[in-house]
Amino acid sequence: MAANPSSLANPSSIPAVKLRGAAVRLGGKTIWSGVDVAVRNSEFVAVLGANGSGKSTLLKMVLGALPLAAGEVSVLGGPAGRENAEIGYLPQRRSFDSGTRLRGSDVVRLGLDGDRWGLPLPFSSAGPGSRRGWARQRIEEVIELVGAREYADRPIGELSGGEQQRLLIAQALVRRPKLLLLDEPLDSLDLPNQAVVAALVHEICKGEGVAVLLVAHDVNPLLPYLDRVVYLAGGHAVAGTVEEVITGETLTGLYGLPVEVLKASDGRLVVVGQPEAPAHHHDRHSHDHGGHGDHGH
Amino acid sequence: MTTAGMVIMGTDPHLTWNIAHDFSEVLEYHFMVNALLAGSVVAVMAGLLGWFMVLRRETFAGHTLSMMAFPGAAGAALIGVSATWGYFGFCVAGGLVIGQFSGGRGRSWSEQSAVIGSVQALALGLGFLFVSLYGGVLGDLDNLLFGTFIGISNEQVLLLTGVAVVAVAALAVLGRPLLFASVDADVASAKGVPARALGVVFLVLLGLAVAATSQITGVLLVFALLLMPAASAQAITARPGLSLALTVAIGLVVVWLGLGIAYFSIYPAGFFVTSISFAIYVGVQATVWARSRTRKGLQIPEQPRAEGVIA
Repeated sequence: MAANPSSLANPSSIPAVKLRGAAVRLGGKTIWSGVDVAVRNSEFVAVLGANGSGKSTLLKMVLGALPLAAGEVSVLGGPAGRENAEIGYLPQRRSFDSGTRLRGSDVVRLGLDGDRWGLPLPFSSAGPGSRRGWARQRIEEVIELVGAREYADRPIGELSGGEQQRLLIAQALVRRPKLLLLDEPLDSLDLPNQAVVAALVHEICKGEGVAVLLVAHDVNPLLPYLDRVVYLAGGHAVAGTVEEVITGETLTGLYGLPVEVLKASDGRLVVVGQPEAPAHHHDRHSHDHGGHGDHGH
Repeated sequence: MTTAGMVIMGTDPHLTWNIAHDFSEVLEYHFMVNALLAGSVVAVMAGLLGWFMVLRRETFAGHTLSMMAFPGAAGAALIGVSATWGYFGFCVAGGLVIGQFSGGRGRSWSEQSAVIGSVQALALGLGFLFVSLYGGVLGDLDNLLFGTFIGISNEQVLLLTGVAVVAVAALAVLGRPLLFASVDADVASAKGVPARALGVVFLVLLGLAVAATSQITGVLLVFALLLMPAASAQAITARPGLSLALTVAIGLVVVWLGLGIAYFSIYPAGFFVTSISFAIYVGVQATVWARSRTRKGLQIPEQPRAEGVIA
C-alpha cells in the first residue's frame, strides 16, 4: 500500500490547503466556523456532509471566491485566490446547453490555454515537439486518462451528464495542477462509473502527486482511496481519517443528535439518524445556501 | 437613390451568362467596387462577432444594438453631424449599457432579456424624441431601415475597414478567454479570466459590428450578416476554427452573390442578401435534421442504465 504521505513529505513543505479557525458568512448568516483542515501534497481528502452544510462553500473559499469571516487560510503557500493557476477546479453539476456547438476536446483544451490572450498561430507547425503538438498530445493524454476517447470529438452539448463530467475532469487535469478541487464529481454518474472515477481520481492523486479536495454526498465509492475526510455539520467540522470521523460517537457530537454508523459486510458505511432528510427538506424551501444551524437544540 | 434608379442610369446591365464577362462588367463601376469592398469588410467583421454572439446566446442583445441606429441617426440629424457617427456612438453606448446592467453572475436568463428589452424600448423612445426635436423628416429613411449598397464613398469604405481592423484585432487578442468565459464562466473566472469585463467588452465590439453592418444592410437586415452565417456554420461543424472560417466564407458568398444578382436585377440588394443568407441557413438546418434522423434510425436503442445496483 502507499506509504504514509506525511512521512514522505519534506517537513518544510507547505500543505496544499490549510485552514485554521476558518469561518464563512453568506448573507449575514454563518455557514460554518472554527474549521481546521490541512490537505498535504498528494493527499486525497473528501469533504462530506448533508446538503446545505457548506461543502461547496468550502471549495469556493479555497479558490478565493468567498472571503473568510474569521480565521486563516493558506492555499499552495499563498492567500486564497493567488495560486489559482495551479488549481484544477470542477464546479458542481454543470451541464452544457444542448446547443453548445463545441467538441468535448475543445472544452478540455480551454482548461489548458483558455485563459491566454491572443490566438494560437493557426499556421505554425503542429508536429511533435512544437508547442501545438505538445498541447495536442497533452489533450489526447488526459482524454485517454479519463476514458473519454470515444466521444471527445462529439459536440459537448450532445453528450450525457456522465460523459460531460469525465471531460470536465480531464479539463481540470490538463494543466497538471498541484491541487484539484472537485465539487460532487460523482453526482451525475451511475454506480459503476462512480467507482471508476473515484479510482481515477485516486490514481491521479498518487501518480501525479496532486492534492485532492473532493466534495461528495456519499463516502462509499471513495472509501478505498481516502486519506482523510472533513465532515461538515451543524456549522462545524471534524477532520481526520474515515475511521476517526465516521463513527457514531464523533457524528453524534457534531450533529448534536444521536447518530449511528453501521458497517455492511462489504465495508460500506451507512449513517443512520443524521437529520439530513427532514432538515434538508426544510432547508430547501426556506434558504438555499444556509447551513443546518443548531437543529439539535 | 434606390438601386433600381442607379441601375436605370447605367448602361442597361444584363446577364450574358459568361461569368468572366459579367464579373468584369460589375467591376467597371466604381460604386459596385465600393459596395463589394464595404460588403466584404462587413461580412468578415459581422461574421466573426456574430459567431460569438450565437455561442453566447446574445442574439437579443445584437437585435437591440441594431435598433440603436434609430436614435443614433435621429440624434446625429438633431445635432447636425453625419449619421455614421450617430450609429457608432449609440451602438457602442448601447453595448456598454447592456453589458453593465445585464451581465454579472446570478442574473438569470429571463432577467437579462428583460434588461435588454428595457434598453431597447428606451432607445427607441429617445429616437422618437430626437426626431420630434429635430422637427423635420429623417432623410433616407429607406437607407436607415434597409441599407444602401450603392453610393458608398471611398471614405466610408476606409472608415468601415478601420473599424473592422480594430474590432477583429481586439477579437483576436480576447478570443480564447472570451470563448472560455462564454462556455464555462465559472471555471474561466477561477482561472483568472475576467469573465464579466469580457462580456462588456464583447458587447461594445458587437456594437461596432452592428453599426458597421447596418450602414450596409440597414437596421432591419443586420442579421443577414450577423446571425445567419454564424448559425449556419455552427450547425455544420463543432470545430471552432473551422466554424469561424465557414462563418466568414458564408458571409462573403452572401454579400458577393447578393450584390451580383442585385446588379442585374431590378430588385433591391438587401432582399437578395437576406434571402441567400436565409436559404443557406434553412438548407443547413434541413441537412442536419435529415442526417440526425437517419443516424437515429440506425441506432440500437440505448440500454437503460443500472441505477442503485452495483454491477
